[in-house]
Amino acid sequence: MLVQDERSISLESFSLMSMQIKKSGLLRRAPENFLDAHLRQAITEQGLNDERRGFLRKSFAAASAALVSGVAIAKPGTAPEGDGDPLILNVQDHAKTLGNPVVMQGYGQPSKFEANLQRRQSPGLTRVPQASVSFAPLQGFFGIITPSGLHFERHHQGWIDIDPQQHRFMINGLVREAKVYTMDDLMRLPSVSRMHFIECGANSATEWGNVAVPTVQYTHGMLSCCEFTGVPLSVLLDDCGIDRKKAKFVLAEGGDGSAMTRTIDIARAMDDVIVAYGMNGEMLRPENGYPLRLVVPGVQGVSWVKWLRRIEVGDQPWAAKDEAIHYIDLQPDGLHRQYTSVQECKSVITTPSGGQMLLEKGFHNITGLAWSGRGKVKRVDVSADGGRNWRTARLEGPVLGKCLTRFNIDWNWDGGPAILQSRAMDDTGYVQPKINQLREVRGTRSIYHNNAIQSWSINEDGEVSNVQVA
Amino acid sequence: MSRLPKMKMLMKVLGALVLASTSLTAIADNHPGIGRAATPKEVAAWDIDVRPDFRGLPKGRGSVDQGQQIWDGKCASCHGTFGESNEVFTPIVGGTTKDDIKNGRVAALSGNSQPQRTTLMKVATVSTLWDYINRAMPWNAPKTLTADEVYAVTAYILNMGGIVADDFVMSDDNIAEVQKRMPNRLGMTEKHGLWQTKGKPDVKNAACMKDCLKEVQITSELPVFARSANGNPAEQNRMVGAVRGVNLNKATVVKVRQPAVDEGLKLAKQYACTACHGIKDKVVGPGFAQIAEKYKGDANAEASLIKKIKLGGSGAWGAIPMPPQGHVKDSEIKTMLDWIMRQ
Repeated sequence: MLVQDERSISLESFSLMSMQIKKSGLLRRAPENFLDAHLRQAITEQGLNDERRGFLRKSFAAASAALVSGVAIAKPGTAPEGDGDPLILNVQDHAKTLGNPVVMQGYGQPSKFEANLQRRQSPGLTRVPQASVSFAPLQGFFGIITPSGLHFERHHQGWIDIDPQQHRFMINGLVREAKVYTMDDLMRLPSVSRMHFIECGANSATEWGNVAVPTVQYTHGMLSCCEFTGVPLSVLLDDCGIDRKKAKFVLAEGGDGSAMTRTIDIARAMDDVIVAYGMNGEMLRPENGYPLRLVVPGVQGVSWVKWLRRIEVGDQPWAAKDEAIHYIDLQPDGLHRQYTSVQECKSVITTPSGGQMLLEKGFHNITGLAWSGRGKVKRVDVSADGGRNWRTARLEGPVLGKCLTRFNIDWNWDGGPAILQSRAMDDTGYVQPKINQLREVRGTRSIYHNNAIQSWSINEDGEVSNVQVA
Repeated sequence: MSRLPKMKMLMKVLGALVLASTSLTAIADNHPGIGRAATPKEVAAWDIDVRPDFRGLPKGRGSVDQGQQIWDGKCASCHGTFGESNEVFTPIVGGTTKDDIKNGRVAALSGNSQPQRTTLMKVATVSTLWDYINRAMPWNAPKTLTADEVYAVTAYILNMGGIVADDFVMSDDNIAEVQKRMPNRLGMTEKHGLWQTKGKPDVKNAACMKDCLKEVQITSELPVFARSANGNPAEQNRMVGAVRGVNLNKATVVKVRQPAVDEGLKLAKQYACTACHGIKDKVVGPGFAQIAEKYKGDANAEASLIKKIKLGGSGAWGAIPMPPQGHVKDSEIKTMLDWIMRQ
């Protein structure tokens, strides 16, 4: 059996090597680049045996020796040593063996090499895992759609997995007839499919007073965007004969332990709200409300009630627990703003972002996400000098209302310090504010609805970190 | 004139009438066969919400004393004996004064005198407290309290906050009086632009493009302790692409992933072999490493050991017999032996 210290390879020489590489203006190479692919694969799959340990020692010795003699190792962009890259010159194992059969995995999984991208908790943020948050790894996403398994989580009393055949949905209150629908009923009705972002009202809450967390996963990861399928709430309210004169608000209620309730004004309820069962082409995931949730485009996630069991039509707001004790925004005068709902225009650069490291000087694609709860993103500007000068980024299509929009802009990093920022504008003309502008009005204790411009500082080593600037 | 054309006309008119009545039905009932009327008892079972005007509040009553008993049994373990605990959840009680009860505004909210906001400092509406407890408490057994118990627990919390007296009995009759004593009853505002889609924003930035600042000042940086508080970025970023995660463990070691859970050990545990055999040393029977040592280089080891395992035996390692394991498949024994011989 392997003992612990044999499983961890001491790499003092490697560390020394990194420092020297850094000084010479080159970059740290991941240690696995010193090993050939076959050995790397064998170690990953089977761990170390004596033979593989021997190889490792030799590899590191060779790497260190190469360094001391001043030879750069596998520097990208330079000609390879000898005849060329052995990964090209030698036929790889995977190219000369039989691959796996179909349906080895009845439900496909990401490559094992993608395991670093997980939703994660932020230690110390919450004290009970059933009333907690897991953040989506925005730093690794492409485009605008969040993979269902990486959609951020926010539960108030744990998540549940309801048998859809046992699920019931009720509409009552100011309607001609209170009605009960089964999932069969709902899925028989004409459906719509819409792409929308969902952002927790407390996204970026840690940054109100000062910089507190290291990466975009934790600063902005309570954000996801999916295609949702379901029935417009207006269709169902009409089906029950909503009293259009008296109805002013609806209450959405969940079927879980917390029985989450939120008030939604009637104009919005009759506009683009969806009673949804589908997400990204399949049913909702249990963590996201399977089999039924409310989709309230442009509004903070808490109103997107999961495990939706009931809509009540009324003429006054309800001051429910999550709109009268939680999810209220403390202002400097001691008043709390109640029923804050809209997620105002916001953007963030996802690469390069905090905790990442640029590997090389030269060309880089700055990429990020922009969104607005009031409509479409109209423009995104990017600064590399902390907000002194700005250039307008390219918006990738489609640009949809109340949906994430991907932006990209070319950038040549000269190897010097830089501060990257993005600033979005929506089709109402509203411009994403600076953190100081928000603080002047709302102070630093309002927790929710922080849509400030995010700054990422890059040092000479290429290391990116979270900063705030003025 | 023949009567035929008239008949045709009549048929046309009738046809039009039939069509009209069909479409009228469709307008009155958009989706025939979808959904059904809820029964009054179904609506009553689910329509549990209580509004600030107490619409939806069931009849009932509960005393501070009764509330204390329920509290001690079902609430105190998370919220603390006096609702003050900050261990599992944020505190419920604390931070309010007699003046606040008089004024309807919690003074501590506009200063920084309280390190944390308690529920009683925030909540403006007593209906919210009642509804919260009724729908979501106790934490691990929500919706198990009777209406009277909810009144009692609500009364006890308010008593701890000095809002109702020790001998108070709270009920649907007097809850409106209690509302008049809520310490932060005037502490909410809906005057902001974040309620409606078309609400007016409270900040206005300009999209300046050139020479927007004279000097860029870094006002806040990540505290040193926070760099690693969320784990190692190297392990939270993709291993290919334009960037890597910063490796905070770069100093001395590179961790190589543990070998995949060994199938042999898994089986040894599954069949409870490990109850008597240690990995290295003797427990009741010999350690697996000792077996490996003894049979190393023995060409017949596998065949011989399969037999011993299936039939059981004693004597080789002492007097305590090994019970026969005839139910274990040969293939599984081979897998286990493959693992044992590597110990």
